[in-house]
Amino acid sequence: MDLIGLLGFNVLSGIATLVMITLGLGVIYGMMRIINLAHGEFMMLGAYTTVTAVGLGVNIWIAMLILPPIIVGLVGLVLERTLIRFLYGRMMDTMLATWGVSLGLIGISATIWGNVVRGVTAPLGGFYIGRYGASLYSLVIILVAIACLVGIYALLRLTKFGLILRAAMQNPRMAAALGVSPSKVYMATFTMGSALAGLAGGVLAPISGISPNMGGAYIANAFITVLGGGPAIIAGTGIASALFGTIDQLVSFLVNPVLGSVSLLLFAVIMIRILPQGITGRFFRSSL
Amino acid sequence: MKINKATMGFIIVLLCGIATLFGVPEFVSLFGIVQMTVFVAMAIYALSQGFLWGYGGIMCFGQASFLGIGAYAYAVVAIDVGNTDLGLLIGVLTPAAFAALLGYFMFYGRISDAYIGVITLTVSIILFQLINTTSGAQYHIGQAELGGFNGIPSVPTLNMPGNSAISLSPTGIWYVSMALLIIVYVLLRFILFSRFGKVVIAIRENETRAMLIGYDARLYKLLTFTISAAIAGLAGCIYDNWSGFISPTIFGLSMSAEVIIFVLVGGLGTLIGPILGAVGLQYLMNLAGTQHMIDPNLGLGVVLIGFVLLVPKGVVPVIRDRIFSWLPRRRSEPVVVTQEITS
Repeated sequence: MDLIGLLGFNVLSGIATLVMITLGLGVIYGMMRIINLAHGEFMMLGAYTTVTAVGLGVNIWIAMLILPPIIVGLVGLVLERTLIRFLYGRMMDTMLATWGVSLGLIGISATIWGNVVRGVTAPLGGFYIGRYGASLYSLVIILVAIACLVGIYALLRLTKFGLILRAAMQNPRMAAALGVSPSKVYMATFTMGSALAGLAGGVLAPISGISPNMGGAYIANAFITVLGGGPAIIAGTGIASALFGTIDQLVSFLVNPVLGSVSLLLFAVIMIRILPQGITGRFFRSSL
Repeated sequence: MKINKATMGFIIVLLCGIATLFGVPEFVSLFGIVQMTVFVAMAIYALSQGFLWGYGGIMCFGQASFLGIGAYAYAVVAIDVGNTDLGLLIGVLTPAAFAALLGYFMFYGRISDAYIGVITLTVSIILFQLINTTSGAQYHIGQAELGGFNGIPSVPTLNMPGNSAISLSPTGIWYVSMALLIIVYVLLRFILFSRFGKVVIAIRENETRAMLIGYDARLYKLLTFTISAAIAGLAGCIYDNWSGFISPTIFGLSMSAEVIIFVLVGGLGTLIGPILGAVGLQYLMNLAGTQHMIDPNLGLGVVLIGFVLLVPKGVVPVIRDRIFSWLPRRRSEPVVVTQEITS
């Protein structure tokens, strides 16, 4: 019974982690139909922001939840204005450019911080599920993931800005004809996606080894989840994370984490044969 | 017989290749020959990506998967059987079979180009993680221990073709590798001259139209993908012979990125472009490796961004168009139309 409780908690926190690492990617993919290959490096920058800020004596909650999205969002904004916007309409070139950004960011951070693994101590302690210890910090990740999903849903549903975003997503030409500037929408989307990636990096900083190559450890699962989820940002990311997070955690628990990733990939590859547009490409089509 | 520009180019490249094959051992030191063997491995690797991307219009972001599977398959067979002829064969067939399986799900699911790029990239990342966990004596295929992060040490080098008792000297390996590069080049040229190649290019230009004419685009893409994986596997075998050991870093993201950069810099939609791009950039990377001013990843990233933004067609097509525009054009000759590669 205790074991089931622990496993259930781990599945939940696995799903929440997947939501966090996928959301930024999903926002950019859902709006712009490009996969941001620098996503993992944006997360890495977020994590380094947390480490640096904590080192400077900033309160850890501010260093994790406030600073990374702001700083990485700004980085994303600058890159979008100086680089990505020249490549719109050339999807492959856009993705190649983001790959170039990814390699460049790895190189720059290796130069600045060196090729060593750093870490931040997780705040809060642990608690017990029956006989098993669990980290209270996982609960924070779950809460932040829920807050992000609800926040983006509210932004898209309730605000005028969200209305414009949804219009540009559904029919960019019609939106442009009605006076929306697609360039500005894309700029906002890319910045938002980057900020979410930064937030994910900041939140995951205490539970991961922070090094210039850390992005590679997350992006495989993030890519698979976005592919599986399909174009709808909230529903796609949410459903795919729930499905894949459960599979990943169960296989990780029964065998090991690497086979968890392998099983995700196998599942996703077989799924694209049946649902090439992802889950929300077939079901829940009108969802966000 | 009237010789057109394409045939002339093919003959010139072939002659240059043969001259290199026999010229290098005459003029280059032993150390240089060993260095050039890795250039040849990278050139074959670049050809696999150049064919797939430039002609097939398929964007594979994880070509290192096939390079690595080929390299590992070769190493395992060479250690277990002790015959590298068989090793080469298995080293080519295994990645091809893997690509056929993966390609079936991707192309018959009709997923978008972006998805193909991402899935192939993900496959290479997960192969890297998977091979990394195989440390310990329990992970072995026959006598070959996979060795996890440390990889397989002392991979046997090529033996005399047909006689496994005699192993080749570095010069012998050079002859075999360079000959294989020439064979791959010729083979790809013939594929592109053939009806199959024409259909592949037609699908790249306009998939819907090719399908309406009656070609099964899925099948052609799958075959292109499989051929490309086989060539990448061959490159992996030669890479083994140069390095003498094989470790999971061969599946790394930078290996996949490098080959895309080789093709992009050399020239998309050409075969000589990827070869020159691979040799030139590998040479520069070796030079950069000896000094520690710039981080190699940063260098690669800047080159990638620079070429995507400024020279998306690559160096060879730009130079070729220049030369053709300088040459006096005979009236009977058709105007050279540069193809826009969209995908």
